[in-house]
Amino acid sequence: MLFKRNPQLNANGELIHLLSIEGLPKAVLAQILDTAGTFLSVNEREVKKVPLLRGKSVFNLFFENSTRTRTTFEIAAKRLSADVINLDIARSSTAKGESLLDTIANLSAMHADMFVVRHSESGAPYLIAQHCAPHVHVVNAGDGRHAHPTQGLLDMYTIRHYKRDFTKLTVAIVGDIVHSRVARSDIHALTTLGVPEIRAVGPKTLVPGDLREMGVRVCHDMAEGIRGVDVIIMLRLQNERMSGAMLPSAGEFFKNYGLTPEKLALAKPDAIVMHPGPINRGVEIDSAVADGAHSVILPQVTFGIAVRMAVMSIIAGNNA
Amino acid sequence: MSTLHLDAEALYADLLAGVRTLLQPGSALVGIWSGGAWLAERLQRDLKLAGEHGVISSALHRDDFGSRGLSSGADHTRLPFEVEGCHIVLIDDVLFTGRTTRAAVNELFDFGRPASVTLAVLVDRGGRELPIQPAFSAARVALPRGQRLSLARDEAGHFSFDIKETT
Repeated sequence: MLFKRNPQLNANGELIHLLSIEGLPKAVLAQILDTAGTFLSVNEREVKKVPLLRGKSVFNLFFENSTRTRTTFEIAAKRLSADVINLDIARSSTAKGESLLDTIANLSAMHADMFVVRHSESGAPYLIAQHCAPHVHVVNAGDGRHAHPTQGLLDMYTIRHYKRDFTKLTVAIVGDIVHSRVARSDIHALTTLGVPEIRAVGPKTLVPGDLREMGVRVCHDMAEGIRGVDVIIMLRLQNERMSGAMLPSAGEFFKNYGLTPEKLALAKPDAIVMHPGPINRGVEIDSAVADGAHSVILPQVTFGIAVRMAVMSIIAGNNA
Repeated sequence: MSTLHLDAEALYADLLAGVRTLLQPGSALVGIWSGGAWLAERLQRDLKLAGEHGVISSALHRDDFGSRGLSSGADHTRLPFEVEGCHIVLIDDVLFTGRTTRAAVNELFDFGRPASVTLAVLVDRGGRELPIQPAFSAARVALPRGQRLSLARDEAGHFSFDIKETT
């Protein structure tokens, strides 16, 4: 065989792991978004729980800090009736020198059915998916600068919720794109779903020129970047991933690329403003915008639970 | 090749008469998606009941999730009335193992505690694997296990039966 199958799909083309949005067919993305719609209504019921993952154990393996993502994965798994075990790996065995695969082997011996993995190294969830037992499923909850597929999917759910049709939209992704796995996942998803114009907006140090190869329009001028857009995805300035002088100062960044009501006025009148969180008020976004009528930042969090329920229930129902 | 002939329209007339006897003050019709939902929609109209009928999907409570995955139709549950304290008449096209009914009843209870739940079906084909019995069935037939019987509806709203061989 000359090439390997996409490791996320089984021989029937069904999703068994979620590692990256790159390479997933449009039909799979649509299935996840449609299923998420179902779970959104479950959250409005008297009993906010369905038994699809009853008797299954979901291990949250966070080798890197996260509050929102870990919590929403935990809520999603619990609403599917799974048992959830949270491991703060950063402070445990790895610190004692255990290798990633030894950690996984030990957790598999505890009868894990699903691993939700966040890791600072790109590709770590792939390594786990390749080495775990066939009945075990892996969800990437963010790996290095590579991918954050469930955030990408919840962003797509949010856009579809407010804008319906992807094929007529202009979407701007603004800020620290070079360090952003969210930006990469969003770009792959938007492209697969047929968005005709995607803009990457930010200073040269944070918006790499090779994005053009992904079909993205690169804009180093904020006004040019957000003029006439339907959707603005603001990214957090990732100070913890920066080394050296990539930026003059946070204040300078806000002056040029921070989203203020004046800059937002350049977008379409019904534009929506998104942000994966946590937001830095006064660094990449003005409070008046974050709390304003165009902001859908908090609905994104709610949709995130439904999207993670959809991903976990779909992969758990498919066999390798 | 099956020689079984089932006149779905004639059986519907019997179901209509049967469901009428099951109604009491505070009753609501709930059809199991998809065939049962079509029946409930027409029954609601023909019985001249006030309000809207409910639709319920068994997808989120199915017991074959581990082998078949998430089935379609999960988003069809729609109960436009208060379930709490209501007398629910559950409607389905074909009653077989009883597993779909069990899953639909579980789904129903996620919305509240009904005063009672009764079941009326167009066809009872036997083969039960759970202790579930209908309060009314318009017909009882015996079919080989490998055959799948389901209701179909044409554009004019007329009912007929589909029989398929499954492997």
